[in-house]
Amino acid sequence: MTDELPRTDAAANAAGGDAHPAAGQPLLRIEGVAKTFGTFRAVDGVSLDIKAGEFFALLGPSGCGKTTLLRMLAGFEAPDEGRILLGGKDIAQALPHERPINMMFQNYALFPHLSVRDNIAFGLKRAGMARADIAMRVAEMVALVKLEGLEKRKPDQLSGGQRQRVALARALARRPQLLLLDEPLAALDKKLRESTQGELMELQRRLGMTFIVVTHDQEEAMTMASRIGVMKAGKLAQVASPRELYEAPRSRWIAEFVGDINLFDGESKLRDGHRLIIGTRDAGTLVVAEPREPIGAGRFAVAIRPEKIKLSRRAPVSEAGRETAINSLDGVIADICYLGGTTTYKVKLDAGGMVQASVANSVRLDVHAYSLNQHVVAWFTPDDCVVLPS
Amino acid sequence: MSGRRIFARPARFAAIAPYLWMVLFFLVPFAFVLKISLSQTAIAQPPYVPLFDLTAGWEALRAAFAALSPDNFKLLGSDDIYVFAYVRSLTVAVTATALLLLIGYPVAYGMARLPTRWQAVAMVLVIVPFWTSFLIRIYAWINILQHDGLLNQILLALHLVSQPVVWLSTDTAMYIGIVYSYLPFMILPLYATLAKMEPALEEAASDLGAPPWQVFWLVTFPLSLPGVGAGVLLCFIPIVGEFVIPDLLAGSNSLMIGQTLWLEFFTNKDWPVASAAAIVLLMVLLVPLLLYERVQKRQLEQGR
Repeated sequence: MTDELPRTDAAANAAGGDAHPAAGQPLLRIEGVAKTFGTFRAVDGVSLDIKAGEFFALLGPSGCGKTTLLRMLAGFEAPDEGRILLGGKDIAQALPHERPINMMFQNYALFPHLSVRDNIAFGLKRAGMARADIAMRVAEMVALVKLEGLEKRKPDQLSGGQRQRVALARALARRPQLLLLDEPLAALDKKLRESTQGELMELQRRLGMTFIVVTHDQEEAMTMASRIGVMKAGKLAQVASPRELYEAPRSRWIAEFVGDINLFDGESKLRDGHRLIIGTRDAGTLVVAEPREPIGAGRFAVAIRPEKIKLSRRAPVSEAGRETAINSLDGVIADICYLGGTTTYKVKLDAGGMVQASVANSVRLDVHAYSLNQHVVAWFTPDDCVVLPS
Repeated sequence: MSGRRIFARPARFAAIAPYLWMVLFFLVPFAFVLKISLSQTAIAQPPYVPLFDLTAGWEALRAAFAALSPDNFKLLGSDDIYVFAYVRSLTVAVTATALLLLIGYPVAYGMARLPTRWQAVAMVLVIVPFWTSFLIRIYAWINILQHDGLLNQILLALHLVSQPVVWLSTDTAMYIGIVYSYLPFMILPLYATLAKMEPALEEAASDLGAPPWQVFWLVTFPLSLPGVGAGVLLCFIPIVGEFVIPDLLAGSNSLMIGQTLWLEFFTNKDWPVASAAAIVLLMVLLVPLLLYERVQKRQLEQGR
């Protein structure tokens, strides 16, 4: 990458957008936006603020409305309800070519009849930039995405990774106030995807630009985004940082959608200080930390991530140990799945349920690794548990 | 080894099948026509001096070769009738193809933008006229365009004209007939290219700041050029040699080359001149075909 990097500069914005976000005001404000196709409500009243410089991810299963929401931001669909404010100006009904927003398309949508150079210059020419300036900006973009020497190639003479870079350069060339990325890495293989994730984050930080990425890949969202909005059936189910989303999911659905999780249904029995005692059918009585938002009596699910569950041959004996191992469940190893860095054990509990524990393989020659049908104790602390409404 | 042979043989045959087709149905008839074109008329059955009488021996064959003459081709160049017929055929074909493109492109574009289930319906509607005989459809146009025909009745009823307009036996009638008959051949290849074009390409152009007309001229149209080329050729070539439509709908004061050919063959019984005219027509038509192929080849090489 070069040292002279383009900075987001609203005054020099090629698209001529005159929306300057005032201090403290979000760059983008989505207010009660809804879109219906026929009888299908694709986006159902979404409200969201995005600050300038954020790397925001919209995460959700296919058909959850995340792409429709993104297309409304780009202007390819007009919302039936609600407002979309960019720097305080409502752009909900503006046409795509009138918005200072650019998009990187899922399959890149590079113009097959134009060279790499002309693809990148396309948006600059439309903005009426001078020839010399266009040449300079194109060169800058080519250097930014490391495509030197390929300027004259046509898209079908490029590899998948190179095409992805052209698409990125083309979308960045106009220095949009907001860059939308629709499944930007879905077409790349795993290794390339991981390195490109890093490059995208680096680029976003250096340019200080606001990125909104749509993805169905939760790992991708967790790695890249500073904030994630999880969508389900047209609604935002939770908007949070990756850590909060993982450690404090707001619902059972989110807990199951993001990462692996053990869930035990049960009923709250007693309150003991800041602890709740919950009787579960599959794992006996569990002691859990009281959730931040108080919840009434009734049915709950206790959720524990597999890596929070420790395994040992027998229950910890020391006083301190007993304190942390306040939930200890006896069982038998029923399945072993070796994944390299970690091993996932499935433990059949004596109480009837099944629990998944993920153990880091921190020792190369592990003579103490558990074997099938071995008796083990699975234990975890009350703070490792999340109580979710059932 | 033996298994491979079983598969190799039909494959090899399949590879030469198109060449066999070319030889049987194009080169052999072409050789016959070429032979006749170099002969002279005669009051005989068939009506030309026979060449290559293989039973008459070597000397006769040498004499026959010596008797071959390009006179018929010289006649084509010297007589205005033929030159005019070629020029008129090309003019009509260029004009009609331009009209077809102007009408066919928007129709194909509209079809390609329909919801998928309506596209199939539109497709059937384009093809449905083929279910009626071509000749009957042209006669129907005679009916519509004649003095007291449907078109004049409508125009009179709407008070757009005070007197019936003469449509029949005019170039206008001929162009109506040609455009009507060839429209599906223009629409279908255009539709095929436009329908398979990724909609994201047009969206990307508009996302990058192109207003709708620029999206069309800078992205949609250039990408549909293969379809335009196919449609233009599919219409232009048969229109140049068109016989039935100009014969039935146009006036008789200027003839297209197809009509001239017919006259030479069946009225004048001058098969050699007619054959020569046919060969020149073929050469004229080969030029755009070869040009198209060169452009396509270049595109393929660029795409590599």
